[in-house]
Amino acid sequence: MPDKIALNKFSVHYGPDPLLQEIDLEIQSNQILGVIGPSGSGKTTFLRALNRMNELQPGFTASGRIMLDGEDIYGLDYDAVSLRKKVGMVFAMPVPLPMSIHENIIYGPKLSAGRGWKYDEAVVESSLKAAFLWDEVRDRLKTSALRLSGGQQQRLCLARTLALEPEVILLDEPCSGLDPVSTAKIEEALTILKERYTVILVTNNTKQAARVADRTAFFLMGKLVEEGTTQQMFTAPKDKRTSDYITGRFG
Amino acid sequence: MPVTSEKIMQRLLLAVAFSALSALLLIAVFIISQGLPFIFRYGFREFLFSSQWNPQAGKFGIFPMVVSTLWVTLGAMAIGAPLGVAGAVFLTEFVPRTVMRIIKPSIELLAGIPSVVYGFIGVMVLAPLIRDHLGGPGLSLLAGSIILGIMILPTIISISIDSIMAVPKSYREGSLALGATVWQTVRMVTLPAARSGIAASIILAMGRAVGETMAVIMVTGNSVKIPGSALEPVRTLTANIALEMGYATGMHRQALFATGVVLFVVIMILNFSASYVMRQRKARR
Amino acid sequence: MKLDPKNTQRAAVAVLGSATLLTLTALIFIIVFVLEKGLPVLNWSFLTGAPQDMGRAGGIFPAIAGSVALTVLAVLLAAPLGVGTAVYLTEYTRESRLTAIIRFGADCLAGIPSIIFGLFGFILFVTILKMGWSLLAGGLTLALMILPTIIRTTEEAIKAVPLSYREVSYSLGATRWQTVYKVILPNALPGILTGVMLGVGRSLGETAAVIFTAGSSLRMPASIFDSVRTMAVHFYLLAREGISAENAYGTAAALIIAVLSVNLLAYWMMNRMVAKRT
Repeated sequence: MPDKIALNKFSVHYGPDPLLQEIDLEIQSNQILGVIGPSGSGKTTFLRALNRMNELQPGFTASGRIMLDGEDIYGLDYDAVSLRKKVGMVFAMPVPLPMSIHENIIYGPKLSAGRGWKYDEAVVESSLKAAFLWDEVRDRLKTSALRLSGGQQQRLCLARTLALEPEVILLDEPCSGLDPVSTAKIEEALTILKERYTVILVTNNTKQAARVADRTAFFLMGKLVEEGTTQQMFTAPKDKRTSDYITGRFG
Repeated sequence: MPVTSEKIMQRLLLAVAFSALSALLLIAVFIISQGLPFIFRYGFREFLFSSQWNPQAGKFGIFPMVVSTLWVTLGAMAIGAPLGVAGAVFLTEFVPRTVMRIIKPSIELLAGIPSVVYGFIGVMVLAPLIRDHLGGPGLSLLAGSIILGIMILPTIISISIDSIMAVPKSYREGSLALGATVWQTVRMVTLPAARSGIAASIILAMGRAVGETMAVIMVTGNSVKIPGSALEPVRTLTANIALEMGYATGMHRQALFATGVVLFVVIMILNFSASYVMRQRKARR
Repeated sequence: MKLDPKNTQRAAVAVLGSATLLTLTALIFIIVFVLEKGLPVLNWSFLTGAPQDMGRAGGIFPAIAGSVALTVLAVLLAAPLGVGTAVYLTEYTRESRLTAIIRFGADCLAGIPSIIFGLFGFILFVTILKMGWSLLAGGLTLALMILPTIIRTTEEAIKAVPLSYREVSYSLGATRWQTVYKVILPNALPGILTGVMLGVGRSLGETAAVIFTAGSSLRMPASIFDSVRTMAVHFYLLAREGISAENAYGTAAALIIAVLSVNLLAYWMMNRMVAKRT
C-alpha cells in the first residue's frame, strides 16, 4: 500500500530559528500515528505543517516536501484551502465558534457548498454520532455551543472536523484539558475512526499514545528521533533518548 | 469559484483601504490648488504679514487673524491644559477606579456636545458676564479662549488618563514602597513616565482649538484687528473663512482658500508632532 | 517653613480635586442650562411642525428630517469604506510601511478641522462636480469626516476577536474572506456599531462642514440633490441671526438629547463588548 503522507527532508523555520529539522517520515492510512515528545520538541509545528496552518502566522518558512497521496502540498499551485478540507484538525483547547451546535457542525460543509446552500443535513447526525456526542445534544442542536461542557465542546470540535469528511484528521493534544471520562470517549471515537481515516494524534500523555496509537513517533528539539510500531517503541526503543522519555527520566 | 472571488475581495479591500489616505490627499490637493496660486500672486509676505483685510478694495492681509488665532489658542491651552491634566491625575490617582470608570466616559460623552451649543452658551452666559464684570463688548478673545478651553477638556482628560493608566503599576508600587506619598509618586514617577502621552493630548487639543470654527465665530466678536487686550473682539482664521465663504467670489474666494491653506499647514504640523510624540513613547517601551 | 510631604499631598489633592470639580461643573452646566431653557419649548408640535417665518415660530421638523437624511447618507457611504479599510489592515496584510502610512492618513484625516472639510466639499462636490448645495454633497463630505472614527473602532473590534476563531475557521477549509465574513465581522459587530454610532453623533452635531455643502434650505428634501438644513445649522442660524432665542433653545435641547443618546448607546455597546470579552 502506498503511503498516505510522506515527508521528505521537511524543515520549518520561525525567522532564523529552526523548529523542525529535516523530517523524513511515512504515514500509512487507516492507522493512528501517535506523536510524543516534550513541549517545544516541534510536535505541534509538525502537525500544523500537515494542513499548512503554520503559514497563517507571519515569520514561518518551510522547506522540503510533504506529499499527500503523491502530491506535494507545498507545491506552488497546491491550494491550502482545499488541503484543509482534506486534512481536518482538532485543537488543544476546544474552540466552538460562538454559534449554535448545528451551525458549528455545518460551518465547514456550507463553505464548500457555495452559493446553492446545498449540503447533506444528515452529516450533522452522523458526525455527532461518530464523536459520541449525538445522544447528549440531539435535543438542543440550536442552542449555543458555548454552553456545552469542556469535554462536550472538544467532541463537538471533533464532530465539526468529521463533518468535512476529511481524509486525514490531525489532533493536537485534544485531551489535555479534559477529565478521564471525556478522554476515554474521545479515545474510543478515535479507534473507530481509524477505520475510515488517517489519524495523527499529538499528545503530551505517553500513556495515551500507548493506548490508542498503532505507530508512534518521538520528537525532540525539532528532530524526529525515532518512529516505529507503538509496541516496539514502548518495549524496545532503539534510541536511548526515546526510552529515557518514555520511562519518565525527562520531559 | 471561491479562489477567484477571493482574489476579487482582496483587490477590492486593498482599494478601499486607501480611502482615508486618498481623502486626505484629495483634500490637501484641492485646498492647496485653490489657495496656493493666490498666495504666490498676492505675495507671501503681503498675505501673511499685512494687517489690511478689505476684500472690496482687493486687500487680503491675514496677519490679524493669524495673531488672533494664536492668542485664542494659547488662551484656550492656558485654561484647558492645566485643568485637563489636573483632572486626569486626580481621576486616576486619587479617586477609586470605579468612580473614574463612571466619570471618564461621562466626560468623553460631553466631547460630543456640538460646538454650536458651546458657542451659544458663550453668547448667552459668558459674554454678558465678561461685559458686566470686566468691561468691553463681552464677545472677545477672552470669551473665545474660555469656551475653547472648556471644549478641549474632554480630549485632554481622556487621552491623559489613558497614558497615565498605561504606566506600569510596578513603578508606582516601587515608589510607594520607598515611603513616598501618592503626590510625590505622581510628581516624580507617574507624570514623567506618562509625559509623552500627556504632551500628545495637549497637541491634539491644540489642533482642535486652532481648527474650531462655529463656537469661535459666535463668541469672539469677529472684528478684523490685532487685539490690544483680551477683552477686545477678534477674528480667527477659521472664522474668517466661515464668515465670508457664503458670498465670496473671484480673488476673495481664492483668498479664503489661501487662509485654508495656512490653517491646513498648521494643523498638519500639529498632527505630525502628536504622532511623533506618540511614536517616541512606543519606541521607548 | 519646611513643607511637610503630608501637607503637600493635602494641598495637591485640594488643588487637583477642585480643578476636576471645576471641569465637571463647566461641562454639566452646559447641558443643564440648555435643557432647562430648551425642554419647556420641546413638545410634539415643535418636533413635528413646519417652521414659520424663518423659524421664528412653528416647529423644526424639516431640520430633523434633514439631520436624519444627511446622517444616514454619510453613514451608508462611510461604513463600507471604514469597515473595509479595517478588515484590510487587520486581516489581509501584515504590519508594514504601507499599513503605517494608511493608519497615519486616517489619523491626520481625523485631525482636520471641519471648516477645511467644508471648504473641500464646497469646491469639489458643490462647485466642480456641480452637485450644488445638496444632501449628496453634504453626505459625501460628512462621510469623509467620520471615516477615521469608523476605521479605528472597527480595527479595535476586529483585533478583539480571538485568534483561535480564525484558526478554527481556516482549519475547516474557509478562505480568508469566508473567515472575515462568517466569523470575524459577526463577532466584531458591536464594536463596529459603536464606531458607526460615534460617527452618527459627530454628523448630527456638525455645522461648519454642513452649511457649506448641504446648504440651509428649510424645505423638506425630495431627492439627494436637494439642499437641506440640519438641526445644528438651524440652531446656529436661529442663534446667530437672533431670530428666536426661544426656538434656538428648543432646537439646541433636541440636538443635545439626540447627540448624547446616540453617544450613550455607542458607549453602552462598547462596554457590553468589553464585558463579553473578559
